[in-house]
Amino acid sequence: MEAGRTVLEFRDVHTHYGPVHILKGVDLTIHEGQIVCLLGGNASGKTTTLRTILGMVTPTAGEVVIDGEVTNGWRTAAVVARGVSMVPENRRLFKRMTVKENLEIGAYLRADDFTADYERVLEMFPVLKDRLAQRAGTLSGGEQQMVAVGRALMARPRVLLMDEPSMGLAPVLVAQNFDIIRQINEAGTTVFVVEQNANMALSIADYGYVLQTGRIVLSGTGRELLANPEMRQAYLGEVG
Amino acid sequence: MTSAAATRLPRRRRPGWVDSFLLAVRIAAIVLLIWGIAGTVVKGINGEGPTGEAWRDLVVAGIAQGAMYGLIALGYSMVYGVLGFINFAHGEVFMSGGMVGFFVANYLWDIRFWDTNFVLSILLVLASSILASTLVAVIVERVAYRPLRDAPRLIPLITSIGISFFLQYTFAGLFGVAVKNYPPPPDYLRARIGFLDLEIEGTKLAVIVVAVVTMVALYLFVEKTRTGRSIRAVAEDKEIAALMGINVDRTIVATFAVGGAMAGVAGTLWALLFRGVSFITGFLPGIKAFTAAVLGGIGNLGGAMAGGVLLGLFEGVGPQLVLAGFGIPGVSQLKDVVAFTALVLVLIFKPSGLFGERLAAEDRA
Ligand SMILES: Nc1ncnc2c1ncn2[C@@H]1O[C@H](COP(=O)(O)OP(=O)(O)O)[C@@H](O)[C@H]1O
Ligand SMILES: [Mg+2]
Repeated sequence: MEAGRTVLEFRDVHTHYGPVHILKGVDLTIHEGQIVCLLGGNASGKTTTLRTILGMVTPTAGEVVIDGEVTNGWRTAAVVARGVSMVPENRRLFKRMTVKENLEIGAYLRADDFTADYERVLEMFPVLKDRLAQRAGTLSGGEQQMVAVGRALMARPRVLLMDEPSMGLAPVLVAQNFDIIRQINEAGTTVFVVEQNANMALSIADYGYVLQTGRIVLSGTGRELLANPEMRQAYLGEVG
Repeated sequence: MTSAAATRLPRRRRPGWVDSFLLAVRIAAIVLLIWGIAGTVVKGINGEGPTGEAWRDLVVAGIAQGAMYGLIALGYSMVYGVLGFINFAHGEVFMSGGMVGFFVANYLWDIRFWDTNFVLSILLVLASSILASTLVAVIVERVAYRPLRDAPRLIPLITSIGISFFLQYTFAGLFGVAVKNYPPPPDYLRARIGFLDLEIEGTKLAVIVVAVVTMVALYLFVEKTRTGRSIRAVAEDKEIAALMGINVDRTIVATFAVGGAMAGVAGTLWALLFRGVSFITGFLPGIKAFTAAVLGGIGNLGGAMAGGVLLGLFEGVGPQLVLAGFGIPGVSQLKDVVAFTALVLVLIFKPSGLFGERLAAEDRA
């Protein structure tokens, strides 16, 4: 998709957990219709970045801007109502609820009719049709991932945040997962995806950022980053 | 790396003396139980002990009282579900309803409305009791527990014990320590009523009917309504519930309100069964209902209801059935012993409660 206006922006964002400084001046720009990926090793602050967008963490300095509006200090529900939703790390389904309830709760804030989105999710993941009355906790990891994505889509987000969606999935499912991301993006949703699987993520991303201990150390288009020697050495598993 | 792998190998733990001791306790418990029951059966065959009708009355009384425990137990279980701590002030939430209900009942008696229009009167009492308990529960949450939301779970637990005393002595200070007796229910309620082939005392039947209706209503509320779904979502994962756009604080208030309302219903049922209320009325039923919630598997609503009824039955029938078999005199005074023994036994045999799922190793208190 062609990139449009800016939908999400970080301006020199700092966050702390108690006294611990996590994000140390992060700048990011995400344009409408893009797939943007955020790469980085363990504990580099990727999840914290997504939590900051959603107001689950409040920046100690800097600005988070959604659709041109500074959203520092907003409640999560208010950000979600603005059209941002997330597929969290490790899926985090409501395991004691049924698959159907999990999908419906994704549309919790919507007052309009969400039948069309419900049907779209089931079309995207046909295997879920036979699982609707089943408790989500009884599903396989791949199926749980589908429910987590479906749940996020039920809010009909304009921006979809995904936190390591391929973690813990078999290689076949990882590839499928990236297909789904592309499909969601082609239908008009901006996607911001956090990944450790750099090769795969950069192959579908319009733009990528690399986070290292709370700082953006590299950024560029997917192709640039894939070709960057520093990147190849540090993140794409090439030696020397 | 190798040492980490080694400790994860499935290693058979050698049974220590604690295991042997627990095994001995289990065997002793079963032997004593069978022995006591056998003694009672032998007595029954010899024509001693309670008659069939007396047994039936014990069972009915047990179920009625147990249904009341079940309603209170729901409040413990729901709050535990969303916040992970035992709200020991919940017994006082129940007492508040019973107390306020008394004043309304007394007023209705004074204006001679109670005897002429008992059904409407008891509904008014019920409504005021529900209102009072709900308000107290919600205020306690707002004032005492919300500021502790991020503290370790032991802190609100201990706070709840303080609140419990605070409420007791507030009521004692405001209304005196004397037991207050509700006006008597009309004769037709106190008489025995034919119900399916059984003859049941009218009040007990009314208590059981009200409790069942309330529990069904609660079940439908939790399973079918939007707020009910929010409560379940918050109980499972607060952060993700918030991510769905659920207002977690408001949902916690709703949980306290619903638990309080259940306790309010129980307050009126207590009045129907026993008539007397005082500032310490909440203590024993509160502990019993907590026992019932643990018995049924805390956090599990169906379990809380079933645990309540079971506990009521143990209490009602247990003394005569087991203790009398040993020839112990005055067994009906020992129902509290039976109730708490039942709790200890369940915890020894099935620590997660009869219907409980194994709890995750989160910080719960
Ligand atoms: N709730 C929290 N409280 C304190 N420290 C946290 C919390 N969450 C994450 N951290 C710390 O913040 C750092 C970044 O974490 P995170 O954003 O989860 O990293 P990533 O997702 O890149 O693995 C880590 O050092 C982690 O230990
Ligand atoms: Mg992470």
